[in-house]
Amino acid sequence: MNNTWIKSLIGGVIMFGLLYVVSLMMSKAGLFGFGIDDYSSRLLHFIIINIILATSLNLINGYTGQFSIGHAGFMAIGAYASAYFTVTYGTAIETAISGETGGLLSTSIVLLIAVAIGALAAAIAGLIVGIPSLRLKGDYLAIATLGFAEIIRIVILNIDAVGGATGYQVPGYANFLWIGFFAVATVVIIHNIVRSDMGRALISIREDELAAEAMGVNTTRYKVISFVISSAFAGVAGVLFAHYNKFLSTNDFQFIKSFEVIIMIVIGGMGSMTGAILGAIIVTLLPELLRQLPDITVPGLGVVKFADLRLVIFALILILTMIFRPQGLFGNREFGLSWIMRPRTAPEGTEAVGGVEGVPIAEDIKAKHLASEEDEKK
Amino acid sequence: MSEDVQKTDNAKGKYVLKTDRATMQFGGLKAVDGLDLAIEQGEIFGLIGPNGAGKTTVFNILTGVYEPTEGDIFVDDKLINGLKPYQISRLGVSRTFQNIRLFPSMSVLENVVTACHRHANQNMFDAIFRLPKYFRDEEEHKEFALELLEIFGLKKYAETGGTSLPYGKQRRLEIVRALATKPRILLLDEPAAGMNPSEQEDLTDLIREIRDKFDLTILLVEHNMRVVMGVCERIRVVDYGKSIAMGTPDQIKNDPKVIEAYLGD
Ligand SMILES: Nc1ncnc2c1ncn2[C@@H]1O[C@H](COP(=O)(O)OP(=O)(O)OP(=O)(O)O)[C@@H](O)[C@H]1O
Ligand SMILES: [Mg+2]
Repeated sequence: MNNTWIKSLIGGVIMFGLLYVVSLMMSKAGLFGFGIDDYSSRLLHFIIINIILATSLNLINGYTGQFSIGHAGFMAIGAYASAYFTVTYGTAIETAISGETGGLLSTSIVLLIAVAIGALAAAIAGLIVGIPSLRLKGDYLAIATLGFAEIIRIVILNIDAVGGATGYQVPGYANFLWIGFFAVATVVIIHNIVRSDMGRALISIREDELAAEAMGVNTTRYKVISFVISSAFAGVAGVLFAHYNKFLSTNDFQFIKSFEVIIMIVIGGMGSMTGAILGAIIVTLLPELLRQLPDITVPGLGVVKFADLRLVIFALILILTMIFRPQGLFGNREFGLSWIMRPRTAPEGTEAVGGVEGVPIAEDIKAKHLASEEDEKK
Repeated sequence: MSEDVQKTDNAKGKYVLKTDRATMQFGGLKAVDGLDLAIEQGEIFGLIGPNGAGKTTVFNILTGVYEPTEGDIFVDDKLINGLKPYQISRLGVSRTFQNIRLFPSMSVLENVVTACHRHANQNMFDAIFRLPKYFRDEEEHKEFALELLEIFGLKKYAETGGTSLPYGKQRRLEIVRALATKPRILLLDEPAAGMNPSEQEDLTDLIREIRDKFDLTILLVEHNMRVVMGVCERIRVVDYGKSIAMGTPDQIKNDPKVIEAYLGD
């Protein structure tokens, strides 16, 4: 037990050390001459925000097995609710704290309050959407959540106080360290939930709802809790996005955004923590990397600009992944030492009937043999 | 009311599980038709009948999968009509499934620990912050689960995938999982199906052993007559959803109505 705490502490220190080094590299001066340019820095911020979105959606989709595709809606609620708060009260709170604006302490406090507001607003929306939607299964749930997300977006679009169709200017309270902190917190919290009594209850719903109920799991309640937590973290991602991007438009939260998050977890493997993280990195990075594809002169066709075809190529890669690894890169396993060192004898996903080493089957045959011998003697 | 109720109708509270003219109608089909059951604390009660007689449907109405269309169901004199399966599970009724329903992605141990949910002593915050209570609770469940697996000879497969076990062992794992909820009443739906004769014999002993060890009342649905006659103290025979006979194994074996139901059509 103490062991775990010490490990977490060391892990935490290393993690924040790393984040701190990266944040120094992003500064104008760079770190010992090593710098990260603005474009890469922006990409890195979005990767980290997407990690929050993917791991949180994974809780309801991957672990609880309820196919929700409205994540962008809850992200929008978090973004707009918190932005309204910081735009209206941010400066006042900052001056009340330190007499000036822009200080580390005062901006951090305002950001923390904003995160709390965004998470709470998204959680409440999750509760309101979740209670009726989660009675539905499969495709119907997907359609309902998608519909609710669009409703949320369109309602926001029609609120003039948050910019309406012209967009909304937001103060930039979110720095890299805070965004990194919340991403780490999200991953740790969801990881710890999944590996607990509650996590097992959620997974049992995914695996066999009837059996889960029979074992005493209040499946309705756990689906709603899982959905609400998932929404709350989408809200947190929204807050961070708003206060990093400094500008909000409802176009950022169209259903294409929800699909993007779905793709992240599907690529990585539904129900895999590391899969979701990897998926977030791939889906954010790949279209950007494809921009750098060279132009190639094809005889007869002239110059083909592969960079212009990047979205087509991206889609192609996704389709191929789904064909060759329908369970995602990691399935519901985790990437780590044990994954690297796993036995490679059997192809993945095709579990041998009869357990890891085929022992149970052999034993069974022997038992059957003995039993029939006994029968004959009688 | 039927004979097993009449016998001791004044000894109230003695029956841990009782149905009163329970009926389950699917469209035009009465899968269970006015069935009276009264099962006493601590007994091993058999429910038998030909294929399609309605035995599994009885389990489904007893555990809240379906709400009976007519009649009442009592657990310890508490009316449970309309309760959800998880609520009935919390009253101490647990079951296995005829068509095995293990959690496919879970190991043998995880399948069992998952069923410890009912008596879990940790909440979400203990888990998120990994508080001492979380570790204590996890340790307790794991120990308890391994203890149960040991009884059923499955401890050595703890880390194996549950559904990659051979059938006979999957059935035993289902019983272990049901026991992990710490039930008082255990419903077993064809636990011997797919088992070889030596496994069936073991099972007969195990059923008695767990009844004594955990102070259980057991309702057993089973086609295998060796198992049924070997372990049940009283047996009720149903056909087309209706009760056709009731008695001790010896009485049932020689009942012409039972023989006809089984050999008839
Ligand atoms: N959900 C349902 N909807 C419609 N009919 C059903 C349903 N469940 C069961 N039945 C019907 O009810 C009858 C009884 O089925 P049940 O499964 O209870 O029989 P059983 O005694 O368990 O049979 P077996 O020995 O084959 O397991 C069957 O005719 C079955 O087709
Ligand atoms: Mg049946």
